[in-house]
Amino acid sequence: MTLTSVATVAAALSLLIGSIFIVIGSVGLLKFNDPMTRLHAPTKVGTLGIGMLLLASILASIAKGDPSMHELLIMAFLFVTAPVSANFIAKVCIHSRACKTPPSPPRDGTWSTLDTPDGDGTPAPQGR
Amino acid sequence: MTTAAELFDIALIVALIAPAVGQVLCMIRLVIGPTTGDRILALDTMVINALSLVVVLGIHQGVTVYFEVALLVAMLGFVSTVALARFILRGDIIE
Repeated sequence: MTLTSVATVAAALSLLIGSIFIVIGSVGLLKFNDPMTRLHAPTKVGTLGIGMLLLASILASIAKGDPSMHELLIMAFLFVTAPVSANFIAKVCIHSRACKTPPSPPRDGTWSTLDTPDGDGTPAPQGR
Repeated sequence: MTTAAELFDIALIVALIAPAVGQVLCMIRLVIGPTTGDRILALDTMVINALSLVVVLGIHQGVTVYFEVALLVAMLGFVSTVALARFILRGDIIE
């Protein structure tokens, strides 16, 4: 077993795992029955799938003879931006009342930066 | 040696078919999606699947130019998703 064949087999396994995860993400997007539940499938599983495909690209370049690490840049970009876009889509779901809205906060007169937590509504003395 | 190359060829074919199947499923969700969030999510997933198609095509042809294409597609997908979500949320993209 030389380095080339090991890298080729590893790239093939990464390609298979990545394609399985991508199909699972798309099936989950189609099959789930709630907008917030549907948000789970592509944002996490799809990110893992594209990560495995980029790892396969790195391994294939190692197997071919000229190693390149450029794909780590795309991987880092995707891993940073996927939660941000998922958060924006969740905010769209909340905004359009497509899901159960979060409960309203408890109503008390304490304001965290000015009052003492166990005070009776009078502001804390200044200059402490 | 030959078995490793054959396994890699089979995996390459599977990895070219899988994102295409994912694109079709996302297209169905894009058409039937009841809410706007579902449609934005389907478009985001379609961008990711197109990105994986570009990456697998780059592995298949062994061309380095596909790296820049993939990076541009990733950036464009993120910006377009955020712009769409922000337009739904605020009624405006840059205020």
